Amino acid sequence: MSPVLRLDTVTRVHGSGETEVQALRGISFSAHAGELVAVMGPSGSGKSTLLTIAGGLDSPTAGTVTVEGTDLGSLGQAGRARMRRTSIGYVFQGFNLVPALTAAENVALPRELDGESARRARAAALAALEEVGIADLADRFPDDMSGGQQQRVAIARAVVGSRRLILADEPTGALDSETGEEVLRLLRARCDAGAAGVLVTHEARHAAWADRVVFLRDGVVVDESGSAPVERLLDEEPAL
Amino acid sequence: MSVKLALLALLETEPMYGYQLRVEFEGRTGSTWPLNVGQVYTTLTRLERDGLVEPAAGDEQQDAGGQDEDGRSQQRYRLTDAGRDEVAAWFTTPVSRTQPARDELAIKVALAVTVPGVDVGTLIQRQRTASMAALQDYTRLKRRAGESDGDLAWSLVLDSLVFAAEAEIRWLDHCEARVRRAARERATTRPAAAEQQTARSQEAGR
Ligand SMILES: Nc1ncnc2c1ncn2[C@@H]1O[C@H](COP(=O)(O)OP(=O)(O)OP(=O)(O)O)[C@@H](O)[C@H]1O
Ligand SMILES: [Mg+2]
Repeated sequence: MSPVLRLDTVTRVHGSGETEVQALRGISFSAHAGELVAVMGPSGSGKSTLLTIAGGLDSPTAGTVTVEGTDLGSLGQAGRARMRRTSIGYVFQGFNLVPALTAAENVALPRELDGESARRARAAALAALEEVGIADLADRFPDDMSGGQQQRVAIARAVVGSRRLILADEPTGALDSETGEEVLRLLRARCDAGAAGVLVTHEARHAAWADRVVFLRDGVVVDESGSAPVERLLDEEPAL
Repeated sequence: MSVKLALLALLETEPMYGYQLRVEFEGRTGSTWPLNVGQVYTTLTRLERDGLVEPAAGDEQQDAGGQDEDGRSQQRYRLTDAGRDEVAAWFTTPVSRTQPARDELAIKVALAVTVPGVDVGTLIQRQRTASMAALQDYTRLKRRAGESDGDLAWSLVLDSLVFAAEAEIRWLDHCEARVRRAARERATTRPAAAEQQTARSQEAGR
């Protein structure tokens, strides 16, 4: 099966000469349908860069990015924007909500932009808000919500409808440990239902919800951990 | 800790047989720390000697001298007043943190940074991968536990393992950053050793 997301020897260089920064150095990476991949690494290791490139928000200096078989580099601005509205859900490191729109309007926006009727877009938005546990805040504006609530609106916006690729940059940043876990359950459920997910996180506890954990350092993948069968585990615990 | 306090706490609910205590203990902790039956009976014998438990009334008559083929008494035990006080004291006193358990990983890293010729970077990297895999396993068990109700006790035990593994990974990240910084500092303050140290910090950075 071909992956939903594929990065092939992707390099991203910011600036030039003295100030040149190699944010990514020849990274190859993929995420399949049904798979949640976590990306960990120290600050500045290139995690957000990797995600923005995967989401078509930034372009690689070299290498190719393919989403559902389409090379993002071969699309124009409009084509990429369309892809972002329909196939790719993105949770930003900041929440990036539109302050003048209510929670429900923020979540409905990408669907409306894509030509869905306002009524149907709102219905989908309410369902997504319900899923993240804040249906009652649908008509509030971002400024009147706590950080954790705004975070959940941003997540609802990323999972609304049936996006096949969900990219989340520190989606649990402003959440307490139980709410953070709810978000992971939600991402996990979306992936179990067939989406491919990439999660950037500093917290190992959250990365552990993923099928694979990729460690980045200085723009390269230094390590990858899959997981062993669950059954093995209990046998190896030392006796009390 | 010994299993003594756990068994006493279980008897707070109702009088129980030895095998029943084992089943209850494992049910609540998800077989994370398996108990063998022999251990349970030895502990009960000691608790009875210390006056913390006694044979439950009613069973005493009927089972007097009654033993199964392994020579274990087939009787239910209940708490004495002293036993009940012991349980109450346990639940109201914090677990002692004055004597940290010997931590093999901490000791290994402490020795690795001082014994010459150890590739600390690789050691940390491998450990982190292994700890991450364990954390993924715990998390999958958690997802499973979450599906049925009444699994609260077991799922809290899993959370404890999850947080401990996470703390270990954070500590490893911290060690890695400090080892790399120390290598850089040594390289600048001792130019003679610079070449060797650069090689090492690159090792750590791999
Ligand atoms: N627009 C930019 N111009 C110049 N350098 C940039 C730009 N964006 C990112 N960088 C640099 O690229 C590197 C990778 O940045 P990135 O944001 O991907 O890190 P990160 O792993 O997401 O870090 P954090 O955990 O702090 O979010 C950093 O050194 C950063 O300074
Ligand atoms: Mg970032």
